[in-house]
Amino acid sequence: MSFEWTKKITLFASLVLASGLPGSVAEAAGSTTLLNVSYDPTRELYQSENAAFTQYWQKKTGQTVKIDQSHGGSGKQARAVIDGLEADVVTLALAYDIDAISDSKLLPANWQQRLANNSTPYTSTIVFVVRKGNPKQIKNWDDLVKPGVSVITPNPKTSGGARWNYLAAWGYKQKQTGSAAQAKNFIKALYKNVPVLDTGARGSTLTFAQRGLGDVLLAWENEAHLILKEFGTDQFEIIAPPVSILAEPPVAIVDKNVDKHGTRKLAEAYLNFLYTPEAQEIIAKNSYRPRNPAALKKYAANFPKIKLFTLGEVFGNWRSAQKTHFNDGGVFDQIYTP
Amino acid sequence: MAFFQRKRRNILPGFGLSMGYTVFYLSAIVIVPLSMVFINTIPMGWEPFFSAVTTPRVLASYRVSFSTALFAAVFDAVAGLLTAWVLVRYRFPGKQFLDALVDLPFALPTAVAGICFATLYSPVGWLGKSLTSWGLTIINTPTGIIIALIFIGFPFVVRTIQPVLEELEPEIEEAAHCLGATRLQTFSKILLPHLFPALLTGATLAFARGIGEYGSVIFIAGNLPMKTEIAPLMIMSKLDQFDYNGASAVALVLLLISFSMLLLLNAVQEWQQKEYR
Amino acid sequence: MHPPKRTPGNPAPKTLSDPKPVQIVLIGLTFLFFTGFIFLPLSLVFSQAFQKGWEFYLECIREPYAVEAVKLTLLTVSVVVPLNAFFGLAAAWAITKFNFRGKAALKTLLDLPFAVSPVVAGLIFVLLVGSRTPFGSWLGEHGIKIIFSTPGIIIATLFVTFPFVARELIPLMEAQGRDEEEAALTLGAKGWQIFAKITLPNIKWGLLYGMILCSARSIGEFGAVSVVSGHIRGQTNTIPLHVEILYSEYNFTASFAVASLLVFLALITIVLKSAMEHQFKKTA
Repeated sequence: MSFEWTKKITLFASLVLASGLPGSVAEAAGSTTLLNVSYDPTRELYQSENAAFTQYWQKKTGQTVKIDQSHGGSGKQARAVIDGLEADVVTLALAYDIDAISDSKLLPANWQQRLANNSTPYTSTIVFVVRKGNPKQIKNWDDLVKPGVSVITPNPKTSGGARWNYLAAWGYKQKQTGSAAQAKNFIKALYKNVPVLDTGARGSTLTFAQRGLGDVLLAWENEAHLILKEFGTDQFEIIAPPVSILAEPPVAIVDKNVDKHGTRKLAEAYLNFLYTPEAQEIIAKNSYRPRNPAALKKYAANFPKIKLFTLGEVFGNWRSAQKTHFNDGGVFDQIYTP
Repeated sequence: MAFFQRKRRNILPGFGLSMGYTVFYLSAIVIVPLSMVFINTIPMGWEPFFSAVTTPRVLASYRVSFSTALFAAVFDAVAGLLTAWVLVRYRFPGKQFLDALVDLPFALPTAVAGICFATLYSPVGWLGKSLTSWGLTIINTPTGIIIALIFIGFPFVVRTIQPVLEELEPEIEEAAHCLGATRLQTFSKILLPHLFPALLTGATLAFARGIGEYGSVIFIAGNLPMKTEIAPLMIMSKLDQFDYNGASAVALVLLLISFSMLLLLNAVQEWQQKEYR
Repeated sequence: MHPPKRTPGNPAPKTLSDPKPVQIVLIGLTFLFFTGFIFLPLSLVFSQAFQKGWEFYLECIREPYAVEAVKLTLLTVSVVVPLNAFFGLAAAWAITKFNFRGKAALKTLLDLPFAVSPVVAGLIFVLLVGSRTPFGSWLGEHGIKIIFSTPGIIIATLFVTFPFVARELIPLMEAQGRDEEEAALTLGAKGWQIFAKITLPNIKWGLLYGMILCSARSIGEFGAVSVVSGHIRGQTNTIPLHVEILYSEYNFTASFAVASLLVFLALITIVLKSAMEHQFKKTA
């Protein structure tokens, strides 16, 4: 009797094997497939961009391309690429993560100079999302440190978006007072008001929007618009602070992988496509700030005037920002050490 | 292989084959991969290793992980004993169903469990709503972590006690009964000591599993440094800084603790078995 | 952790049963515990999954990416369970039929994967075959993909579910001793004959139950697999990972619909197990 069972199980197993294997083998073949390894909030953006690019490429060359997507926390995704996830292009939340990939020789150190606008076809910034009617009257960064205000932002150690949030707050204070010490105190007071540090930006959104925690969510501008779309404009509203950071999420080709796959041309075309008017319009529609002035003008209503400072202005570059603020023993650790 | 040498001649065949395969498979799947954690900490040197695993935040995360896992394991021991007792001793409608559902925490992905608990206990969730109105918060507190860990560890306790309870000889209890012992006395003086090794095993497994649990906890823990940040999250955040060695160092500490706990447990069991014989 | 010795329909003798009120209280407490920790999460999954109706539910689980995820998960299970079952048999045979030095240590090593954090379980394979390592880059040069593809997912699952079958069989075979096998041997039976005719029939329910637990756990494993998967939609997403992806895309209903598939798989396990016990009663 036991053998009947084993027979059945073996039969079942071989059926599954037969149905599962051919699919994956077929997909591996051919060089008209690109793998785009990206961070969390860009799911919707690249869904539209990939469809547009596929059409564009079909029209131009007659080739049908397939673009596979992988999404996750920016740092985690960079690590996956370093550890052997064969991404043809990476589109991550911050330059530091691509720097880390270039450290392991998958792409040259000057990667950011290879495409226009610092290799960032779109930018974004950090805004506030509050509950309808803004009951706590949160208008500016200083309102976040008021007693009784509960702020939702992810963990800067594990989330790229959270690092932009942190740097935006710090930069605001440092530009206002000219003092790093005051900025540090400000950050310390701000994180005192944070009741939960989710591991990713999407986690924070869910904590705020679905689980009803917190008075204000610090979010990417594009993510803020998505929250309104997904959860309803009758529940939340977006508050644009007068000053914020210019967030530049860069894109790059992973040279070692495209050479291995023979997809360099396609990958280059794909990234260049992101700068075309058509793609820029998709970018604007998804509430990322486009580089193309025409697209920016067309969707200007979506992008309130915020005085944006760059990371370079306040922090020099990503490597030093990371080292001072987020690495072990950095400022973020210090503000939690009693 | 010399280590695993047979002590005394045994006429049954297949020792070399089964032992060889066991050692080979164990090495390939468990030992060699696990040794990577050790190998990756070697280049660090002793000093940096020690300082990496003893920063205040890391120490606090051990404390959070250990205390919550301990609470959860104790709770599981009680709830598991109760469940096993009821399932083995009583007859009631829906018993089969309960018995089967004990394994659910094995099958449900930890992330789904985490999402479920976070949703249930959020201020707008089914349970959280009334709890909040009584002034209780579960989500983003150590209590939330404990709840997730109770769920994760529960089957370990039930499934280790159940078989022992089933094989308990009724004669002992009958004898106690005839000698005039009350049920409570029989339970505390005779049954409990007999069940204790299994209870300890189950609770230790739940505890060890709880220390390492990640997927379900991060959704409900709040992850606040020094307060509700668990040790596996420290590994993750070190990895996100591309600090492979630091991550391995914390992983090694967790691994050594789990391993010595299991070793101790098996030693206690060996000893117990000898006592009984 | 093995199936009941005493069959379900055969409760303890009369003198041992507790007074009715005690029974009712204890059963009540058990149900209370189950309500808080098992029923509520379960009903949450189902209420969310069917929030938008049956049609939408079907649509969610028929969606190509979901189907791919189911396929990958089933493939993983069908490789992992036989391998670990075979290992469990070998390990249990070696451990219970012979005496040797280091037995306790070996048993501890078998349990180790239970106690290893899923995060670490994923990390070790990245450290072993990730392309940063010499071994990993050698594999890469020879076009062998392990990590961030199906083999990596299978290996990580193997690790996580490693002890289940062995742990089920060892106490069972220990209790049964080796007298029967030794008797068969003296009667002239060959090694494989002894195993197939005596040992296997004795332990088949334990073996099957171990395999069921092993498949349940490999279907549901999230942490370790998430580290080695690479999260490529339609290629390296298992069901649990797909659930997480849908959830973070704010597709709550779809996410819970796919999660409910996992619960259904667990329910199938339940049916299998009861069927087994039924069979067991008939043969006993």
